[in-house]
Amino acid sequence: MNRLLEKIQRADIRKFRFWIQLFFFVLFVYGGYLAVDLGREMPIFSCGYDHEAGGMCYFMPLQHQLARPWDRLFSMASLGVLTAFLTFLAWFVIFNKAWCGYACPLGTIQDWMTALRKRLRIPYSSYSRESFTKLKKIKYIFLAIVVIFPLLLGAGLLGGEWRGAFCKMCPGRLITPMFVGDFSQWTIDFSNKTAIFLTAFGIAFTVLFFVGSFVKKRFFCFFCPMSAMHYIFSPFALLRLKKEGDKCTKCGDCYRVCDMQIWDIADDVTSKNILRDDCILCLKCVAACPEEDALHLDIVNMALFRSTKGGFAKRMGFEEGDNR
Amino acid sequence: MTHSEQPAKIQRRQRKVEDPKARHRRHEAMEAVKMLDNLRHNFANPPTSMTYFYDLFERVYCQGEKIHTGKPMVGTLCIQIPYEVIYALDAVPVRLCNGFHTDEQSGGEFMPAKSCSLVKATLGMLKQRDIPAVDKLDFMIHPTTCDQKTKAISLIEEMEYEVYHMEFPRVKESEESREYWRRTVRKFTKDLSRSLGRKITRKKLKEAITRVGKAQVAYHRLNELRKLDPVPILGKDVFLITNAFFFDEIERWTQKVHAVCDEVERRAREGFNAAGKRSPRILYTGSPPIFPNLKLPYMIEQADGVIVADESCSANRLFNDMVSVDEWFLYDMVDAVADRYLKGCTCPIFTKNDDRKRRLAELAEQYNVDGVVYQSFAGCQVYEMEQRSIQQEMERLGIPMLYVETDYSPGQGGQLSTRIEAFIESLKVRKRRQNHSKEEA
Repeated sequence: MNRLLEKIQRADIRKFRFWIQLFFFVLFVYGGYLAVDLGREMPIFSCGYDHEAGGMCYFMPLQHQLARPWDRLFSMASLGVLTAFLTFLAWFVIFNKAWCGYACPLGTIQDWMTALRKRLRIPYSSYSRESFTKLKKIKYIFLAIVVIFPLLLGAGLLGGEWRGAFCKMCPGRLITPMFVGDFSQWTIDFSNKTAIFLTAFGIAFTVLFFVGSFVKKRFFCFFCPMSAMHYIFSPFALLRLKKEGDKCTKCGDCYRVCDMQIWDIADDVTSKNILRDDCILCLKCVAACPEEDALHLDIVNMALFRSTKGGFAKRMGFEEGDNR
Repeated sequence: MTHSEQPAKIQRRQRKVEDPKARHRRHEAMEAVKMLDNLRHNFANPPTSMTYFYDLFERVYCQGEKIHTGKPMVGTLCIQIPYEVIYALDAVPVRLCNGFHTDEQSGGEFMPAKSCSLVKATLGMLKQRDIPAVDKLDFMIHPTTCDQKTKAISLIEEMEYEVYHMEFPRVKESEESREYWRRTVRKFTKDLSRSLGRKITRKKLKEAITRVGKAQVAYHRLNELRKLDPVPILGKDVFLITNAFFFDEIERWTQKVHAVCDEVERRAREGFNAAGKRSPRILYTGSPPIFPNLKLPYMIEQADGVIVADESCSANRLFNDMVSVDEWFLYDMVDAVADRYLKGCTCPIFTKNDDRKRRLAELAEQYNVDGVVYQSFAGCQVYEMEQRSIQQEMERLGIPMLYVETDYSPGQGGQLSTRIEAFIESLKVRKRRQNHSKEEA
């Protein structure tokens, strides 16, 4: 067991992650061809408009369910809504935000865009801290659209044209079906003004998704309402990202590899739980930390992957015999 | 009348007048020989692999051997000058911070009476134009770190050296300072590459980062051994090793450090104790001991203390933080190098010293330290000023601390060593009492 852990500490996380991501991508985008169906409560953007999806994003059923009339919503008839939510939660607590960093097809596509940029040797851009703190709030606005709009719909305060409003805006609806050859979502719905606005927004957002993720690592994840939703329930998750502030030298190595520019990962030396709402739990920070045990990924208080001097040196090619 | 035409008697008398440069060199050599002999011979059983380092100091400081030839030599005046960039351009960095009392005296004329010995000694050395280990300096780089160094630059320029200025921020927490320093390093990379007429490439910088990283890994490996109880290597040897990094050829240095590690590891397995049976474990912090001014480490270990860890820019701070790169291209590597020199740095010139306090606390715990010795060069205001807060922090942790103000003069010896001895003795008593009460409990 110890030897296995030792091996994990020295693992090349990039390769590991690449293959896991590819696996999940195939599973979620092409799962239908393989007769895989993990249900409609997945905590990732694997869009239901992809008819071959191996598991569906929870937001589509959620919006649908919450939009039923209030008298029905708040009755025993909605037991299904509750079980769906609990199923979502059950999926989520296993991996916590690692769903974002390892399983989400949209996340994976963004990482591929990054790989493309790297191949062209174009530097990445980043936000200033000021714009970062402003922009990151947008995901909560989207989350409100996901949760509150359907409720207003059910109460009769919003018209039917707002049904599934977030899905209409979401780049996932346009992107994942593309991978099974379905481009039918790339259209503007002219049935009413709201639909025109929402679907046009969706197309614009999708274009922005590609442009953005090309220049900025994990561009979309800053705005992702699923990420916001995850954060709300992350205290119940089994996987935890933890930090030992005493051991941190604030050298900033973790921050500089962080795709999400999370300032706290380097500069907060008091929080034990260092998972932030933007985090995608990709574990690049743990891999980049040169201090023994300063950062670690725990599963129920057992360190599964932790930062070590040796692992750092191995990954950077700094070991004695290395000649890279 | 030419020299040879003079009567024999006059000629004889003239020969006695020593050329000032030769005289200076002789004084330096005397200083170096004395300290090196002390460090080498006054302790039992030094590791045989240390011979390389003893001999290196002998060659460079006592015999004046120049160990680098051919490549451009870049003199650095603080640890914040990115070694990686210099190596990537196939030049050799040489740290100019100097520890000679002889130079301190001759540099004293430039500085106010109460000012840092290190800065004075560096000025003195530059005035003599006699740099250890190298025969020439092609460039000299200084970052705007402490006031005294910054202000000394114009004096150095007056001596007709060309100095490259690197702007260094005094606040390190903000995003602005990070960006500011990154820009400085990017500009430095471009400027140095232009001056040397060499292009920096992705491959070269990667190699240089790896080379420096490997040296750091070797240092970390050595330090791990100092955590052991009994401690298998003395602090004075480690100070010599880290000092050698100032001027030695980096790959050879790394290799030799691993050789020392191998030997010390072997000794540790046999239960070897480099110090005494009850030697208190000392954490050293403050103004950097630089050869031959290793008198304080020497005194501590002569008084039966053993330095197991340090926090100073001639050792720990020089190696501790490592470069981490996300995308191995020039754009990311240069920034990564820049970050290494700012973010983790525990230099007292910064506005806040929380990181230094945390580093010391962590070292004290990890290395199971019994006491702290804090040295400040008299006149080094930043260290003098931080002393108070560090003292309070150590009180909070329940670790006794001795604060000493020193300079490079050997005359201070008697009084200083008495204080050190008393401190070490008190630590021993304290340790004995603690062990006693533990046993009783």
